[in-house]
Amino acid sequence: MNPARTLWLLLVVLFVFSFDLAAKLQPQFQSIESTRRQSGNFFSLLLGDSSKIFANSFFIKADEYYHSGYYPTIFDNNSAFQTPHIAEDTGAVASHNGGEEETSFMGPPRDWIDAFGRNFIPNRHTHLDEGGPTDDLSESSQVREILPWLKLSAELDPENIQTYLVTTFWLRTRLNKVSEAEQVLREGLRNNPGNPQLFFELGRIYDENYHDTARARNIWEAALRSWAREEPDVPQSDRLKMTLENFDDRFMFEQLQTSLALLEERAGNTAAAIARWQQAILAAPSTADMQQHIDDLKQKLAAQPSPVPSK
Amino acid sequence: MRTIFALAGVVIKELYRRKDFYVLFILTIVICVIMASVNIFNDNQIVRYLKELCLLLIWISSLVIAITTTARQIPAEREQRTLLPLLAKPLTRTQLILGKFLGCWLACGLVLICFYVFFGALAASREHAWPLLSYFQAAILHWMALGVVIAMTLLGSLVFAAPSSNSTICFVLVATILCVGRYLDAVALTLGEPLRSVIYAFYYAIPHVEIPFEMRNLIVHDWPLIGWKFIGLDILYLLAYMAIFLVAACLVFRRKPVN
Repeated sequence: MNPARTLWLLLVVLFVFSFDLAAKLQPQFQSIESTRRQSGNFFSLLLGDSSKIFANSFFIKADEYYHSGYYPTIFDNNSAFQTPHIAEDTGAVASHNGGEEETSFMGPPRDWIDAFGRNFIPNRHTHLDEGGPTDDLSESSQVREILPWLKLSAELDPENIQTYLVTTFWLRTRLNKVSEAEQVLREGLRNNPGNPQLFFELGRIYDENYHDTARARNIWEAALRSWAREEPDVPQSDRLKMTLENFDDRFMFEQLQTSLALLEERAGNTAAAIARWQQAILAAPSTADMQQHIDDLKQKLAAQPSPVPSK
Repeated sequence: MRTIFALAGVVIKELYRRKDFYVLFILTIVICVIMASVNIFNDNQIVRYLKELCLLLIWISSLVIAITTTARQIPAEREQRTLLPLLAKPLTRTQLILGKFLGCWLACGLVLICFYVFFGALAASREHAWPLLSYFQAAILHWMALGVVIAMTLLGSLVFAAPSSNSTICFVLVATILCVGRYLDAVALTLGEPLRSVIYAFYYAIPHVEIPFEMRNLIVHDWPLIGWKFIGLDILYLLAYMAIFLVAACLVFRRKPVN
């Protein structure tokens, strides 16, 4: 075979191969680029997935500040600190803390150096919102000191819902910074569109702080729609089954329905309130009190004069 | 004693001619000011993260100054061939060691005064309070811990060949003590023999300079003052370690050839 022709043929084959490879890889690169652009987070680009590890350690750091430095290390018994207390105290997460070690996780001193060293470290269990080491309740606003770490944690892991919920709780309830709390939730919703937990908290701000019941209702109803959209293929009855696995699902559904029911009651829409309570009861672990309340509402509704039909 | 102080004066003058302290001090100020300028939910009373960062930078800077300044003292005299003329004067080897130690220790004391004044001003700008006694307790124990580190580095400068290797070994050792020194006994309990006895022996032998280091948490989180009895005991404990290292340094230096 003519060597010049062989070279030309080889060149053509290589060109076809290159073109094929480029055509195959281009869509994949495009999808990677769009994902990067979507994240738009400096820390995510810099640290990759390890940013979540840092975010978690900063969340723990916030909990350490909440205890004014009294916190177990990896060498101590941390069974009472499995769930950070800053999150546990919000009521938004299930607690996994156990044991009686909360006040004495260090145990008895191991030797004289350990005993002596304990005079130089925080050695008493306190919470910042209860005054911290001074036990002065007027100093409860000191809980603000946890905020830098929560902010950093949220920036490092913008997909962690718990960070937004905890930050919002402390800003709204203890520091009376409602507008900042709303901003945190909106930031959370920008990073996690349609998250029902964030919607629920946003609705609470509109209901409890702004007293804007119409917007609160809209937001909570949107939260319920988001909740349903999360797992469209699973029937509602399955998601509300009393199992440990779907605790978060049930808890969210119950909270939303209960909040909407209370809102309807306050608005005087007793029939709508009953309907909401009946939905809430499906997800509630104990139903006796709720059923009693529904019965009371039904009696109240029956006692109301029926509206005169217009002619 | 006058000879020792004269020698110490030379070491202090050397420190303020060098740029180490200025660079580290300005770097600490710049980092703290930048961190203070971060807006955290429009709350300008948040201060503890700043205090923690500032104290950490102070500890790092002071350790860098203490170790690097001390590590080059005797090797530099030897390299510049000034050690022999120095010892030809009415100056004993023990006085030389003590003078060098005192100079480095006092220089670190001056450095700490600058750093802690800045720390106090930074904290007061947000807290509007001056817990001076707490700061004094922290600074005095910090200075004592640096004394132990300086004495240890001085001993190292007589044992190890080069200042760089001495500095590296001292940094690694001090960093290990600061990070895990307090927990070595807990680690030893989980191990079998003979490692358990080795770790226990190490735990009891090392100077526990992490005690003043961990005291930062009390300052950061506004805990009440530590009992003066405990401060006094810790000072005595650290002074004992300084003495041990200095005696060892004097013994090593007595047998060391000058050239």
